[in-house]
Amino acid sequence: MTAPTKKPPVETQADLSAEIEKLEADSAGQNVRQPLLDYPPYRSSILRHPTKDPRHADPETIELWAPCFGNSDVDPLEADLTIAGSNEPIGERITVSGRVTDGEGRPVRNQLVEIWQANSAGRYIHKREQHPAPLDPNFTGVGRCITDSEGRYRFQTIKPGPYPWGNHINAWRPAHIHFSLFGRAFTQRLITQMYFPSDPLFALDPIYQSITDQKARDALVARYDHDLSTPEYSMGYHWDIVLTGPSRTWTEPEEGDL
Amino acid sequence: MSTPDRPTPGQTIGPFFGYALPYEGDADLVPPGSPGSIRLHGKVYDGAGNPIPDALLEIWQTDAAGNVPQAEGSLHRDGWTFTGWGRADTDLNGHYTFSTVLPGASEDGAAPFFALTVFARGLLDKLHTRIYLPEHPANAGDPLLVSLPEDERATLVATADATGLRFDIHLQGDRETTFLTYR
Ligand SMILES: [Fe+3]
Repeated sequence: MTAPTKKPPVETQADLSAEIEKLEADSAGQNVRQPLLDYPPYRSSILRHPTKDPRHADPETIELWAPCFGNSDVDPLEADLTIAGSNEPIGERITVSGRVTDGEGRPVRNQLVEIWQANSAGRYIHKREQHPAPLDPNFTGVGRCITDSEGRYRFQTIKPGPYPWGNHINAWRPAHIHFSLFGRAFTQRLITQMYFPSDPLFALDPIYQSITDQKARDALVARYDHDLSTPEYSMGYHWDIVLTGPSRTWTEPEEGDL
Repeated sequence: MSTPDRPTPGQTIGPFFGYALPYEGDADLVPPGSPGSIRLHGKVYDGAGNPIPDALLEIWQTDAAGNVPQAEGSLHRDGWTFTGWGRADTDLNGHYTFSTVLPGASEDGAAPFFALTVFARGLLDKLHTRIYLPEHPANAGDPLLVSLPEDERATLVATADATGLRFDIHLQGDRETTFLTYR
């Protein structure tokens, strides 16, 4: 076994885009709702995807329940990413809000939502981060909240910038916020990324394009919501999340939620 | 009957979760070294046999008596409450460690296991699997284990070591771990 050597990328965006287009044509009409794990244009996936199909299992008791989180886990202030420093972070202030539901449209209540993101210049606070864009001393880019009784979450943050990565020459990720979600059952666990409307980098990005169905891709794009914008203060984006996977029998909450 | 809503697709956890998702005590479901505690540990490998230094694992389990924990507090552990859930990122050698207890059977005669999810840079969506206990008598009747050929079954059963259990994960290759999808 040899140590991995880091080779600089030699392929251009045109090379990658040709691969992406071919895979898109190959999968036309298949309506695959999830990313292809075997998606060579995302170079890091080549040695990191299972080659066998997953085995079907009937979920056992533990898998039909989810871990519990609550007020002892998350301070409500953690939903505001703009108050970590002594001054305002630089960038376009935004509110991101929406509902988390299961596949039957039922709210995922009192459940943990975690986010992390780059700052407005496209830089993460991370020791392996190489991008020579400025750090913002007033922005860490990490937030958490607990969904309310209707499954709603709400974060106050700043719009992240796009950032370069080493997949190929001149590779740029579309601006995104990473989301981590727990459902009503462990089978529904999800980590994903939320994008912003009409990003010109969508067509060029292997991670976004690893989902070959356009409707499924659209489900990762927030919509601008003027009603979520705050006058003289911030812009609003709305993004709903649907967590599917078997769960235990639904029981209505004790007091009315009609 | 309404049509089920379309699921939100997953995306890779990427390379930069390390300052966001791990937290102090995340992998210690019980304090290390406390009575009844075990170490559950192992390495995560890619298809070339190289360790993966940027993976994140989460376990979810019954308590030692087989009950499903429904207590909050995983993010600020008090040292007394067993929440049943933990998170561990791999180190530069691809190694992860949990401190926990052996899960009990949730029903009489059922084979206990740790439910496991795997995330990593380069992995475009989560993977689910199970970690079964070595030489547990109920394994012989477990519907999933008996449905698998011997080599795949072996990928789902931990091995005992001096401090508890060892469980390696191979995303690809000869010893590729069997991953699960739920009906
Ligand atoms: Fe990112």
